[in-house]
Amino acid sequence: MVENATTISQVSEAPPRVSEWRRFRRVFFQRKLVLFGLVVLFILFFVAIFANVLAPYNPYIGNLEESLQQPSAKHWLGTDLQGRDELSRLIFGTRTALQVGFLTVISAGLIGMILGLVAGYFGGIVSMIIMRAMDALMGFPMLILALVIAAVLGGGIQNVIIALTVATIPGYARVMNALTMSVRENDYILAERALGSSNMRIMLRHILPNAMPPMIVLVTLQLGSLILAEAALSFLGIGIKPPGAAWGAMVYDGYRYMLTNPVLSFAPGLAIMLVVFAFNMVGDGLRDALDPRLRGTL
Amino acid sequence: MGRLLEVKNLKTQFKTEGGLVKAVDDVSYYIDEQEIVGVVGESGCGKSVSQLSVMRLINSPGKIVGGQIIFEGQDLLKYEANGPEMRSIRGAKIAMIFQEPMTSLNPVLTIGRQLTEMLELHLGMRRNEARKRAAELLSLVGIPSAESRLDDYPHQFSGGMRQRVMIAMGLSCNPKMLIADEPTTALDVTTQAQLLELMKAMVERFRSSLVIVTHNLGVVARYAQRIYIMYAGRIVESGYCKDIFRRPRHPYTIGLLKCVPRLDEEEGRKLVPIKGLPPNLINMPPTCAFLPRCPYAVEQCRKEPWPELRLVGNQQYIRCYVNTEERIQ
Repeated sequence: MVENATTISQVSEAPPRVSEWRRFRRVFFQRKLVLFGLVVLFILFFVAIFANVLAPYNPYIGNLEESLQQPSAKHWLGTDLQGRDELSRLIFGTRTALQVGFLTVISAGLIGMILGLVAGYFGGIVSMIIMRAMDALMGFPMLILALVIAAVLGGGIQNVIIALTVATIPGYARVMNALTMSVRENDYILAERALGSSNMRIMLRHILPNAMPPMIVLVTLQLGSLILAEAALSFLGIGIKPPGAAWGAMVYDGYRYMLTNPVLSFAPGLAIMLVVFAFNMVGDGLRDALDPRLRGTL
Repeated sequence: MGRLLEVKNLKTQFKTEGGLVKAVDDVSYYIDEQEIVGVVGESGCGKSVSQLSVMRLINSPGKIVGGQIIFEGQDLLKYEANGPEMRSIRGAKIAMIFQEPMTSLNPVLTIGRQLTEMLELHLGMRRNEARKRAAELLSLVGIPSAESRLDDYPHQFSGGMRQRVMIAMGLSCNPKMLIADEPTTALDVTTQAQLLELMKAMVERFRSSLVIVTHNLGVVARYAQRIYIMYAGRIVESGYCKDIFRRPRHPYTIGLLKCVPRLDEEEGRKLVPIKGLPPNLINMPPTCAFLPRCPYAVEQCRKEPWPELRLVGNQQYIRCYVNTEERIQ
């Protein structure tokens, strides 16, 4: 090896440095709705984490004497049939919703991305087996599939997560597969192979980071629809078992008293809407901010 | 100087829907240590495929169906294409630089990360050590303020600069041989010259061999010691660079040289293009593949199969029946 480094010929000065992070911030925080979504999500996280402290009453044990009360100073959102405080149940419902949303996205995202990456990278028979299996799963509408799985496994938060995971894996696998196939054809992957990298290294170090921005956007947008799906399952009675607090189940419990106690259905319904809206807004913001066409702009 | 690489009767084929494409058909050549060799031919003549075969980077539907690739006494074809032996040769002993500098670097990793990756992988360097070495390499290939530019992304470099980075990456593990696959084709002419000078200087410094794959005779004329001219998957002429430029013997080489403009010639000389197109590599005729375009063809060419390489001068071989020197006069 030659140690004393002398330059062959000096080339003109470096172009001005553009911070990726600064550009990301500028685009991301520019939109009011994205900010609004972020604030909503922040509040929700806060509420979910400190549910124990924030809830004025025990959400699971009611006082039958206070059944179906209208909103008052004592019970801000009134009480349900069993006399449980609606606000407390709403607060604990946040925990359920976020738990289901995040755990499902993490498990489905991980499994789906690995499957898509492997299928896309190796192609051929491997890809055929994996992707045809995904197509078969995709043949069922997501909610129907989740319903079947939840019906077979029974209710409970764990089974809801499993059901939604199985139902959403194909989406991630598909997107990841397509991204991998397009990234794989780039010259730098060939160059990387020519430099002696193993398949594993190329997949994890070179293809995955290039496929990440669209996946982040997908995951964020999926969070909203997962929470919606969980609410739907709970509404249909296959989700979270009583007395567990789930927004979907609360909407269902409340709708029989729609005329007398509309708050019982509207409050959790509004909460569902707000979360989904917030996740979608943040997802949109991320999509714009991670747009590769903006790379290098100020 | 010892023999570094010897390729014997290499055959690489691609199975396509249209039929079998014999991209490289019975090609033999050698590279000595610290030698600069040019591989010249037009698009689709098998020059890139032959080099990728040496690296064992031929992907399905392509397949190496025969021959030997002996590198430092070991037949590379005996190894698994993606096995640990090949991986420890690629990048560490044989490195390759590709045509498109704009797309040959991973856009989401910094230059520094991509450079140090190789050093950590092949030389087992620690991160700090590798980073120091990477900065050294960058300044060696003429990138100013190398230390700070390690943290830049590929899009912050121009095409010429990226190719410099590629050269630094290629040489980072001090390989025995560097294969440059059309290294300057995508760059403008002034940058081309700079980069070729740089490559020559670098391989001399690192005591590596250099294989320049190009369609541009002008590129190899100045730098290569020996050249191989390929046509339709075969080598049609080989020899020392100066001999071939002074006295080209194969009709194809003669044609190639006639369509290169020269400064030292009388005014008014017209460039003579080679008429026709290269043959389809599917269903090649048994006769000489250049026959349809050959101005010197004789009866024998039409009747007998494509001949083997024959010696016509000082280490100069051609794959042709015609004694072109007589015919030209």
